[in-house]
Amino acid sequence: MSSYDTSASYPFGFLDEYAKKEVRRTTLKAVAIPGYQVPYSSREMPMGRGFGTGGLQLTLALIGKGETLKVIDQGSDDSVNAVNLRSFIEMTCQGIETTTLTDEADILQSRHRIPEKPLREDQLLVLQVPYPDPLVVVEPSEDKRKLLHGEADYSRLLVKLYEDIVKFNEITISHRYPTRINDHYVIDPSPIPRWDVLKINQSKALILFGAGREKKIYAVPPYTKAEPLAFEDVPFRVEDFTDEKGQRRVCKRCNCKSSFLDEFVDSKTGEKVYQCSDTDWCNEQLVLKTDIEEAEAVNG
Amino acid sequence: MDKVLEVNNLSKLYGQGCPVCYELTGPEHNTNICPQCGSVVAAHNVSFELYKGEILGIMGESGSGKSTAVKCLYFDEEPSSGRAIFYNEGNQYDLFNMNAAQQRRLANHRFGMVYQNPNLGLNFEISAGGNIAERLLMSEVKNYSKIRSRSTGLLTRTEVLPERMDELPKNFSGGMQQRVQIAKALAINPPLLFLDEVTTGLDLSVQAAILDLILEIQQEMETAMVVVTHDLGVIRLLAGRTLVMKYGRVIESGLTDQILEDPQHAYTQRLVASAL
Repeated sequence: MSSYDTSASYPFGFLDEYAKKEVRRTTLKAVAIPGYQVPYSSREMPMGRGFGTGGLQLTLALIGKGETLKVIDQGSDDSVNAVNLRSFIEMTCQGIETTTLTDEADILQSRHRIPEKPLREDQLLVLQVPYPDPLVVVEPSEDKRKLLHGEADYSRLLVKLYEDIVKFNEITISHRYPTRINDHYVIDPSPIPRWDVLKINQSKALILFGAGREKKIYAVPPYTKAEPLAFEDVPFRVEDFTDEKGQRRVCKRCNCKSSFLDEFVDSKTGEKVYQCSDTDWCNEQLVLKTDIEEAEAVNG
Repeated sequence: MDKVLEVNNLSKLYGQGCPVCYELTGPEHNTNICPQCGSVVAAHNVSFELYKGEILGIMGESGSGKSTAVKCLYFDEEPSSGRAIFYNEGNQYDLFNMNAAQQRRLANHRFGMVYQNPNLGLNFEISAGGNIAERLLMSEVKNYSKIRSRSTGLLTRTEVLPERMDELPKNFSGGMQQRVQIAKALAINPPLLFLDEVTTGLDLSVQAAILDLILEIQQEMETAMVVVTHDLGVIRLLAGRTLVMKYGRVIESGLTDQILEDPQHAYTQRLVASAL
């Protein structure tokens, strides 16, 4: 009690045992009712709400000694949010490993992306969520939103899609695409691009969503149906990476033709450059590319 | 004849209520506020039957409980007592014994409501077509082109230019808003339609056009309707049968012609005389 040594004064995982127990219980309920937003008492964390505290509390409550963690911010392990969260977890969870490799991670905490590489059954994806309720754009009262969720009445969200098609001839939601889980609850899948929404469907890994500021946890269990809202005759589309000439854009770095690309402007030439958003995926493809080139050089 | 709706002893009381509320209020006491406990008896023992393709008028001055009765039937208000049965496709629905979710589902799928104020029936933040789409989407029509063509058809039917269907209804005139509201109510071909003072506040020519529209709809689709109004002209034109309400009670009911030509109750007599 008399010691002020910080490493000794915090329990493993920063949160006290009661807080972790509550998060775990909430998680169990969330898994039991796919897509339902379970309220919980989000704890005060030593960082501002809205900086991933929901995902962080999930990770801290679930990680154990000897497990390996990967933290992603918009596909990258080196972005500010990912670096901060990773070092905080390393500091407060003695005995865990961290990695940047998707393959090696037991728990992946991510902001705005799901890794390109399909996840496995033994892996767990934690997504940070700013706005958990997809109905918030059409209904300001939480009381009424709960009724709408309970009765699975999502007609107003579909009206929003209808209005989009009327005005712009297509659905213009770029991220946070409302997705129906197990034919009932519609979730806000966090600000992942449309590209990633389809990865939620029948995912082998459990996906957990934590909204710290809004105090909600929800889940998509493994092998669960996840269906983006759309009309029968206007189907859901993912981002289109076809260039003016009708060619699929490739990653400038690793030549990958099948990944989600970020657009950069080259500061010297002013040219638009495309690169994989998922850095781990890009590195892996780069190794493959070099291998092939080396093999070709040997054979040639 | 196919019965659509049967209402028995519908009552609605605002306030805590006491055993003498119903005895000390009504037209003979010239009040609907209970002198004992101050509760408001908005409607008491309202009973009627409604058949397919029929228009029933509910007439009375403001505060007589006519809107309250209809709001109870559309589940906007919860009645204090009474029973109402809705007959549809061989099924009977005991309206006030269903849970809230069942009530909302029935209202979304089978009832239509047109309010006096288009604000209540329409969402002004979405286009006229979107408003109709919402109603269709509620009843599980999930095909964009079907929704589009159905909305166009309905707006043409209610004489709103289809070119304006993607505009916000707040840019429309009052009469046009009312037509969009009617189109929205009709989107799902409801067997039962409630009209609450639909022509109040509109100018005469627009009123006439809307009343014509309602009559045409009744004849085309055989929709049963309950029309609430304080306007004798509307009653005369639309309703086959009429209830006259005062201080929450039905004081007279019967064929509209009879009521207007030979009113029995002193209040009805005054009402009819004043309109001439």
